[in-house]
Amino acid sequence: MLEARDIIETISMIREERLDIRTITMGISLYDCQCDDTDRLCTRIYDRIMSRARDLVRTGEEIEKKYGIPIINKRVAVTPIALMAGGVNIDGAVRLARTLDRAARELGINFIGGYSALVQKGFTNGSRTLISSIPQALAETERVCSSVNVASTKAGINMDAVAEMGRIIRKTAELTGEQQSIGCAKLVVFANVPEDNPFMAGAFHGIGEPECVINVGVSGPGVVASAIRRKGDCDLTEIAETIKRTAFKITRVGQLVAREASERLGVPFGIVDLSLAPTPAVGDSVAYILESMGLEKCGCCGTTAALAMLNDAVKKGGVMASSHVGGLSGAFIPVSEDAGMIDAARCGALRLEKLEAMTAVCSVGLDMIAIPGDTPAEVISGIIADEIAIGVINSKTTAVRLIPACGCGVGDSVSFGGLLGEAPVMPVSTWSPAKFIARGGRIPAPIQSLKN
Amino acid sequence: MKAVVSVIGRDSVGIIAKVSAGCAECGANILDISQTVLNGYFTMIMIVDIRELAMPFNDFVDRMSGLGRKNGLDIHVMHEDIFNSMHRI
Repeated sequence: MLEARDIIETISMIREERLDIRTITMGISLYDCQCDDTDRLCTRIYDRIMSRARDLVRTGEEIEKKYGIPIINKRVAVTPIALMAGGVNIDGAVRLARTLDRAARELGINFIGGYSALVQKGFTNGSRTLISSIPQALAETERVCSSVNVASTKAGINMDAVAEMGRIIRKTAELTGEQQSIGCAKLVVFANVPEDNPFMAGAFHGIGEPECVINVGVSGPGVVASAIRRKGDCDLTEIAETIKRTAFKITRVGQLVAREASERLGVPFGIVDLSLAPTPAVGDSVAYILESMGLEKCGCCGTTAALAMLNDAVKKGGVMASSHVGGLSGAFIPVSEDAGMIDAARCGALRLEKLEAMTAVCSVGLDMIAIPGDTPAEVISGIIADEIAIGVINSKTTAVRLIPACGCGVGDSVSFGGLLGEAPVMPVSTWSPAKFIARGGRIPAPIQSLKN
Repeated sequence: MKAVVSVIGRDSVGIIAKVSAGCAECGANILDISQTVLNGYFTMIMIVDIRELAMPFNDFVDRMSGLGRKNGLDIHVMHEDIFNSMHRI
């Protein structure tokens, strides 16, 4: 029999602590849309997405109503478009982006992921074309998300790609300068990218995935922060236990929704991504979790340790609650999308260097960080190289989503609205890595990649 | 199959009667009720059997939240599976 205490706990998690399912993301393979004629390629891709995902939004809404839990986003991720772009030129690639955008608009989803390339070891013609087209593609579309994997623990770091992505990010910022450089909010550079991540902007449908799959991302920073506050003055072992218990409950809801969505849509269930994904809404912040553990402000000394414990406890609690865990799974620390991070960055408690250290112990990387609009491309590449090296050496995913805010300097803010939030422009070291970046080549795979 | 009906609102005469009548009209059989009034606020949790519902479950959800709006109450219906998933291994 259901107990009143459990019922009240669940209801208050949803209504007061903002527990939600962050996204149901349908992964769709486009391999058999391949065609040497760009028009027909676009038509086939559009038709494939529309036929596979036509019931996605409606199904999400029905599940939302049945269980009384908000499902914030319904999204689509497709085969990396670089694999489809071998026979097209840059204009053709941009047309593919517009095709994805049109499909997303007509499906009623806010983002579609997969305008992506995997170049950790080198460029194919298709990936070169796609990467060159990214600035224009992101400037001409509204809902398309792009990602480029430039390194892996197995392959090392493709420094030519790192250098190129510095220039691409700058150009994307300039082309979308009139909209606060929003194009860069939809562009991620990865190391060790997961192929089943349901979260944007880094989602794509990986090469080992089935024809079609449902992946679910859970959320719930507010629930974790409230649970810690309720514990009062306990020691850290007890806080870790509390986080584990809470993560278990959150993930069980994700598993329930994933199973139901998979059954209703007749599409296999892939994974639940047990991430704590913040939103700019007050009370839905990962920074507040860290502060509820006893830090005066996120970014102060002790922040990396607190985040390490949080990230580990989330995984330990969540892993038993789902039959398949995947994606990024951990705590996200996007600055612009987290009210506590915004606040900490604005008052100077949280700096880029501290964020970099934090990314060594949590699931993603330097995420949604606004930097001065005049930051040179090679400095952006240097930031990417540092962050990517952390991922490669530690055999984990890291990512960079930087916004060089056109016309803005330190002290200014850029505001994207909605889930993308608002970012204070953070200072960046102005010493130049230009010569290091210009060398190009590949940083070899680290010794820990030789596991066989 | 069961569902949980939660009702929150300012206390007044006849809340249980109205909500129970709403459930009966939809074919939801009440199995359990617990309710309190705290600081003038009425809180009730009902567990209802939904096997004999006269309509699809999501219509029942809409009917009950509509009934809530009409009477100044916050009424939510949630399928029991979300509670079982979260609190039972």
